[in-house]
Amino acid sequence: MPADSHAPLIEIEGLTKRFGAFTAVDNVSFTVARGEVLGFLGPNGAGKSTTMRMLAGFMTPTAGTARICGHDVQADSVAARRTLGFLPEGAPTYPEMTVEAFLAFVAAIRGYGGKEAARRIARAIELTTLAGVRLQPVETLSKGFKRRVGLAQALLHDPAVLVLDEPTDGLDPNQKHEVRSLIQQMAPQKAIVISTHILEEVGAVCTRAIIIANGRIVADATPAELEKLHPSGKLDDVFRAMTLPAPKAA
Amino acid sequence: MRNTLIVARRELGGYFATPVAVVFIVIFLALQGVLTFNLGNFFDRNQADLAPFFNFVPWVFLLLVPAITMRLWAEERRLGTIELLLTLPITQGQAVVGKFLAAWAFCAIALLLTFPFVVTVNYLGKPDNGVIATGYLGALLVAGAFLSVGSALSAATKNQVIAFVLTVAVCFLFAVASYPVVTDFLSKTMPTLAEVARRLSVTERFQGFTRGIVSLRDLIYFASFIGFWLYLNTVIVEHRKAD
Repeated sequence: MPADSHAPLIEIEGLTKRFGAFTAVDNVSFTVARGEVLGFLGPNGAGKSTTMRMLAGFMTPTAGTARICGHDVQADSVAARRTLGFLPEGAPTYPEMTVEAFLAFVAAIRGYGGKEAARRIARAIELTTLAGVRLQPVETLSKGFKRRVGLAQALLHDPAVLVLDEPTDGLDPNQKHEVRSLIQQMAPQKAIVISTHILEEVGAVCTRAIIIANGRIVADATPAELEKLHPSGKLDDVFRAMTLPAPKAA
Repeated sequence: MRNTLIVARRELGGYFATPVAVVFIVIFLALQGVLTFNLGNFFDRNQADLAPFFNFVPWVFLLLVPAITMRLWAEERRLGTIELLLTLPITQGQAVVGKFLAAWAFCAIALLLTFPFVVTVNYLGKPDNGVIATGYLGALLVAGAFLSVGSALSAATKNQVIAFVLTVAVCFLFAVASYPVVTDFLSKTMPTLAEVARRLSVTERFQGFTRGIVSLRDLIYFASFIGFWLYLNTVIVEHRKAD
């Protein structure tokens, strides 16, 4: 991948999160540079969402640090969040607001007013093909549309860093394809992290993949390199071998 | 400040986008009407003031304010929107104050809609409208005090029923702290606490306003009361947001 001369846009160092005796994320470190699309893989409960929440400054890490565009997500939280587009797990939005009103709220918080806000909202709606439901309350929308509203919100300010927790969950195959091409199209200018269960997605959009199991990184390589780790050459088998508690002799 | 107002505006819009606003305002006005005119003997007293109206305001707020605040944070946690709100480039303090201001503005709207009482009393006699104005100011401060309690407790739980019941209970304590049932008991057992309880009472502070007295001491009381609970609210949000 084209190595940028600048520092990585996302830097995570020794990030750890414990809930009581349970360690959800255990000493996770990685960096993501501009132009990279990092696929964050792992079984349910492996610590994907927890890591992303700490990166977005929503959860306080037990130990370790994370920086976005050089801003520490704890010490310089607001500055870090200004350069971040974040799609939380489940794409939560305010149900009673219309799509446009919701995006206008996010635009106002992001500091855009007047024509600039209107332009950015129009662009976000266009990118996520929401034009048909602009004036509909979010609660009346189907799951796929809700997800796209969440995505529109994350793209509105054209952030340098995108962190998307399961962006294609609940979308139909056509919509999945659209979101993937959107990610590919934006990739060169941004550092993008997406979490997913869908392994075919990794090969389709990611330049690099991290597999996390029980809170630890068990693999960090390009999708092509990962596939070579199993004789069958399938990402599914690699994933299973790495994340099941007692890996069978392959 | 700008972000606080944006959060407040969104929140206030949310009340009017759902039946919450209409139900609240109708019930508030109906309760105040029944209590003032029937229980309060507004007409039989034959006095041109709104004392019966203001006597009941804290008790109606005690019942209705927790119904507004119970959803303030608990709903955000249930929907997961708290994760969205707190990952936008705003501080937690701005989110807390913004939500509180929205609820407060909403109570102010409800209070404004009681203007027919003022019209009635002015039509029937010659009341001291200055006293009525300070009464309204006091009522707004009582609402703010209860709202700040409710907002903080709402942040502590995902369950709206728990938030409601806890808020009613805590607000009730601050409402009756100056009543004989509390002070008599305390003066027998712990005399120093009786005086403290009286001074901490929301209704006791409100009394001055209903008589037309606005003292700096009472204003400072309400400001520090609201400030304390909103600070607690921010701390609770910080600690429990991701639970």
